[in-house]
Amino acid sequence: MATQRAHKAARLMISPSVILLLAWMIIPLGTTIYFSFLRYNILTPPPSWTGVENYTYFLTDPAFIPALVNTLVLVLGVLIITTVGGILLALLLNMDFWGQGIVRILVISPFFVMPTVSALVWKNMFMHPVNGLFAHLFRAVGLQPVDFLSTMPLLSIIIMVAWAWLPFATLILLTALQSLDSEQMEAAEMDGAGWLSRFIYLTLPHLTRSITVVVLIQTIFLLAVFAEIYVTTAGGPGYASTNIPFFIYNLSLKQFDAGMGAAGGVIAVIIANIVAFFLMRAVGKNLEL
Amino acid sequence: MGNITLENVAKRFGEVEVIPPLDLNIEDGEFVVFVGPSGCGKSTLLRLIAGLEDVSGGRILIDGQDATEASPAKRGLAMVFQSYALYPHMSVRKNIAFPMKMAGMPEDEQKRRIDAAATALNLTDYLDRRPGQLSGGQRQRVAIGRAIVREPSAFLFDEPLSNLDAALRVGMRLEISELHNRLKTTMIYVTHDQVEAMTMADKIVVLQAGRIEQVGSPMELYRNPRNVFVAGFIGSPKMNLLTGPTAAEFGAETIGIRPEHIGVSTESGKWKGRIGVSEHLGSDTFFYVEGTGIADAITVRADGEIDLYHGDDIWLTPQEDKLHRFGKDGNRI
Ligand SMILES: Nc1ncnc2c1ncn2[C@@H]1O[C@H](COP(=O)(O)OP(=O)(O)O)[C@@H](O)[C@H]1O
Ligand SMILES: [Mg+2]
Repeated sequence: MATQRAHKAARLMISPSVILLLAWMIIPLGTTIYFSFLRYNILTPPPSWTGVENYTYFLTDPAFIPALVNTLVLVLGVLIITTVGGILLALLLNMDFWGQGIVRILVISPFFVMPTVSALVWKNMFMHPVNGLFAHLFRAVGLQPVDFLSTMPLLSIIIMVAWAWLPFATLILLTALQSLDSEQMEAAEMDGAGWLSRFIYLTLPHLTRSITVVVLIQTIFLLAVFAEIYVTTAGGPGYASTNIPFFIYNLSLKQFDAGMGAAGGVIAVIIANIVAFFLMRAVGKNLEL
Repeated sequence: MGNITLENVAKRFGEVEVIPPLDLNIEDGEFVVFVGPSGCGKSTLLRLIAGLEDVSGGRILIDGQDATEASPAKRGLAMVFQSYALYPHMSVRKNIAFPMKMAGMPEDEQKRRIDAAATALNLTDYLDRRPGQLSGGQRQRVAIGRAIVREPSAFLFDEPLSNLDAALRVGMRLEISELHNRLKTTMIYVTHDQVEAMTMADKIVVLQAGRIEQVGSPMELYRNPRNVFVAGFIGSPKMNLLTGPTAAEFGAETIGIRPEHIGVSTESGKWKGRIGVSEHLGSDTFFYVEGTGIADAITVRADGEIDLYHGDDIWLTPQEDKLHRFGKDGNRI
């Protein structure tokens, strides 16, 4: 595909799909932006023009700043737990041991559990202050059980989400580890590098690209965490575990306010883009090499 | 110092005995080549010496010290791998510096040694590149540079030239030989290519299925191969090995005669045949002679200017004093 002719033909051939994809993206986005300037409650039509009122209402809400902070804490917390945990687990799983196949499948399986289900399991079977496993453990060692979801709601959610995403990180990092050249490791061993030096100078640099992929993909999904919050803390107590998606839901969809929902959607898109911008600045250079 | 002694060293992978117990002594400053067909255990033997594999039995002595249990780093050996095993995300400079950095050597000493190695290996212009931006030959030099700066007591090479093209291989072969002449450090070099073995070695160790078939200088092996395997393996083109009545005539099970020890004539000789393939190299001519009735094809070397081609009749006469005779067990008589 090096010649001018081939380039032209290629452009012509892919143009239908590009146009379709563009329309697919532009039309809903345009509609959303349009709606965001309307006062449009589904229960009390017809819609009427209000300008930026939806936006000011959103941005001045006392829950907005806490929700923004919570979102960032949630994303960062889960990212840290999953990448660090993922690297450690991948290192473990990359070793030869008996029952490797089964263990690998077990490690991957949380990823297949639906968020609502996993959140309910965590809420009722682990974190429940009376019946939960943790409560039993606490009592077994003579401690007062903790009501995780009301005393440390955001941390609890971070743990649940991290649990669900850990397998993903582990899987990606494990495949990267398996492609690490064993002769390089042996060369380093002969060069006098100990275990830690080999990890720092060989393994980590080898993993940077995969870590970048893990961080980027997870961020996209973590910005949109909703089900876990909905079925466990409902954003509370207060705004303690409200993130941006849950905040938008609370403020608009719960009131059947389509205009407000659209404004929230636009704000979420902008926040996501800001995060993406900083993220790409920070780690994007790892992708090309 | 770089005296390495193997005593009864053996290696098993599970049930499979890859290397039956063997003894070998490598003198300080020697250039030793392990040669043998693919899969015969050359790399395994080298890795045992390096400490990258545990021995299943026996002892390894380095400079008289028992190093059997010593970690690879503690043995003071440097290895050049077939894949070069350079660190891909480090510059050439950092690659070469890595073993010194791990040893905690002062920065200025590191720099001095890097510069010396880079000059010796023609790498000065490439020090800030990454391995991925170098050609095969340059990568090979970086790998050698990384080994040199440690000033090891012995170098281990595992088929270092097999990823290079033919012309480059000849050049690197010379460079490694020169390096050995200059450093006078023990080198153990693994290859499946008998030409590399013949051209570089002070001492060749011929291996087959993990066993040592013969140890000796290149010319010793060429002149007095101890058995049929060594006879067929050393020398290029291969020695002609004849069996049956032809061999019985000389009181042997198998006789061997090298292509360069057969005289050719268009008029008379011991064996008559017809030229199958003829290879005119200018310096020499090789004929693959068919229809002699004593073997499928006999390889002979003739003068470079000889004017015989495919299909021509030819007479062959072996030089009887250069004939090798082997008994039933394959050993030299
Ligand atoms: N890690 C291993 N596990 C099992 N068998 C091995 C291992 N490494 C090498 N072998 C076997 O040992 C034999 C010798 O291998 P190797 O030393 O690599 O041969 P060479 O370098 O002479 O080609 C081969 O048959 C190979 O299959
Ligand atoms: Mg090998």
